[in-house]
Amino acid sequence: MIPAIYRIDRRLIEHPGAFTLHLSATGALPLQPFEPGQFNMLYAFGAGEVAISLSGRQRETEGQIAHTIYTRGAVTAALGRLREGDQLGVRGPFGQGWPLGEAEGKELLVIAGGLGLAPLRPVIYHLLGQARASLIPRFQLFYGARRPGEMLYVPELQAWSRQMDVTLSVDHADSAWSDHVGVITKPLSAAEFDAENCVAFLCGPELMMRFSIQVLLERGVSPESIYISMERNMKCGTGLCGHCQWGPNFVCKDGPVFRYADVRHWLGIRSL
Amino acid sequence: MAKFVLQAEDLDLLIQAIRADGYQVLGPVIRDQAIAYGAVEKADDLPRGWTDEQEKGHYRLRRRNDDAYFGYAASPQSWKQYLQLPRRQVWQARKSDLGIQVREVVDEAPAVAFLGVRSCELHAIAIQDRVFVDAHYRNDSYVNRRAEIFTVAVNCTSAAATCFCTSMHTGPSVTLPSDLAMTEVITDGEHYFLVGSDSYRGRQILKQLPVRPATAENLQMADKAIQAAVQQMEDGPRHFDSSDLKELLYRNLDSPAWDEVAERCLSCANCTMACPTCFCSTVEDSTDLEGAEAERWERWDSCFTGEFSHLSGGAVRPDTRSRYRQWMTHKLASWYDQFGSSGCVGCGRCITWCPVGIDLTEQVSRIRELEEP
Repeated sequence: MIPAIYRIDRRLIEHPGAFTLHLSATGALPLQPFEPGQFNMLYAFGAGEVAISLSGRQRETEGQIAHTIYTRGAVTAALGRLREGDQLGVRGPFGQGWPLGEAEGKELLVIAGGLGLAPLRPVIYHLLGQARASLIPRFQLFYGARRPGEMLYVPELQAWSRQMDVTLSVDHADSAWSDHVGVITKPLSAAEFDAENCVAFLCGPELMMRFSIQVLLERGVSPESIYISMERNMKCGTGLCGHCQWGPNFVCKDGPVFRYADVRHWLGIRSL
Repeated sequence: MAKFVLQAEDLDLLIQAIRADGYQVLGPVIRDQAIAYGAVEKADDLPRGWTDEQEKGHYRLRRRNDDAYFGYAASPQSWKQYLQLPRRQVWQARKSDLGIQVREVVDEAPAVAFLGVRSCELHAIAIQDRVFVDAHYRNDSYVNRRAEIFTVAVNCTSAAATCFCTSMHTGPSVTLPSDLAMTEVITDGEHYFLVGSDSYRGRQILKQLPVRPATAENLQMADKAIQAAVQQMEDGPRHFDSSDLKELLYRNLDSPAWDEVAERCLSCANCTMACPTCFCSTVEDSTDLEGAEAERWERWDSCFTGEFSHLSGGAVRPDTRSRYRQWMTHKLASWYDQFGSSGCVGCGRCITWCPVGIDLTEQVSRIRELEEP
């Protein structure tokens, strides 16, 4: 499967090392519309491909997508050197997204850590957009980052806080910080929500997800109502290369979003 | 299926008939002191009168005391090398003022006949079919190559010490369809092949050969020869009950057996390269010196390498223990969840080609032995 070529329309720096690319298709055939939680394989010319979740609006003009990338390796560094007007390759969208239908008529808890907010932003756009907010009686975001300067989408977080409950926490605060300090599990365990009628979407470091799940279970949330987005090495995105195996699951095609009840056994095994 | 007798001295006519039909014949040849697969142009290219002696980390060619053409067991490399290519170019890209253009590199599938496919290998190909063909996204190169294959299966009449197909229910008798299926019979001065066909194109080849219908005695002799291989394996130390392997391994992900095997395993990936079903691959991207032309290649990869599970925070499987566990658990347990069958066909290649002689069947019994009651 060869990549479609996209052009960078807009490049936004989120914080040092993290940036969001707004892309539009150059060819006649853009990729299929995506579901929130799915990912694309982004190709930096000659450097290689990397799996990056879709972080933009679901229904922008046809052929427009957004990706939020953190520079960690050779390919993300090559993507980071691209500027507005430059081109890159895109294959996708791949994988299973967030089960938005499950959340209808229930409270939704969105719990994100660091870059983990990226695949959840389309969920927030989806639910805050149009009249969908009325489908969800209560919508809360819990977002933790290491430092105030390492939060994604800061201007939007402020805008969202007028339409939904937004709880922010950082591990290391600075003098201007007035929200929570410490891990996100603290405000989560004190939060008000109807444990029997809620759905939780989690994305972040595995450790953060494990501890957040523990809090949710203690609060009485059913394992069937908790969904997590997993990260593993992905080379093909199509279930053929074998790299992303996690127990019996291929994270690229069976995930990245899994229902906790289906995978809790595997989540507890180290170095799987 | 009607069975016919083809005299051993007429085997070359079979090879020539297949070649005349437009196929390149690949089969067993002696190369690098092993019976490997390669181009076969005539019956004389076959390893007539040779066999292989196989044990843990051990492979030697030996003279047989007869002139059998197919009197050997699993070759070092499987047919996988011709279906899932070890290395192939996937695309070519160019960057210019006009932007990036990507051109898919389409793999031309040759018409190839596999001569001497064992039952375990037919099962291995069927297992890879479920991975690459019966999938939402297909591996087109594999699909095209696979569609062109003409198979001449050969029933096993002797087993290597490392063979355990009877335990995995994949042989030694050919049970999956092939274009032609043969059993080699050598007895009392007679040397012939009992041949049958499952396909139209197989029957078309058979029609051109000087064959005669098999007698009841011919059938009996062929059965007896296959039974000898069954007996060899059932009497051997590698015969075991495989019916509960998935449950056994899933129950024992923390077994001390993984620590023990990690002490010996070199994480060299030989077992995954020799395995006829291991399908993992990776990609390599590169550019020319000017940075205007780029290529992407796909090549075989192994879950034993550190890069394989690499994430930004380091390898998910950082040590040999977790990598060996992944390989064996995938092969014998999670494969059932993913593809509806075991990923192991009992060919024994991973045992023979392990440089330190780790034996999958011994690992199974060790896990069982260490399981707390």
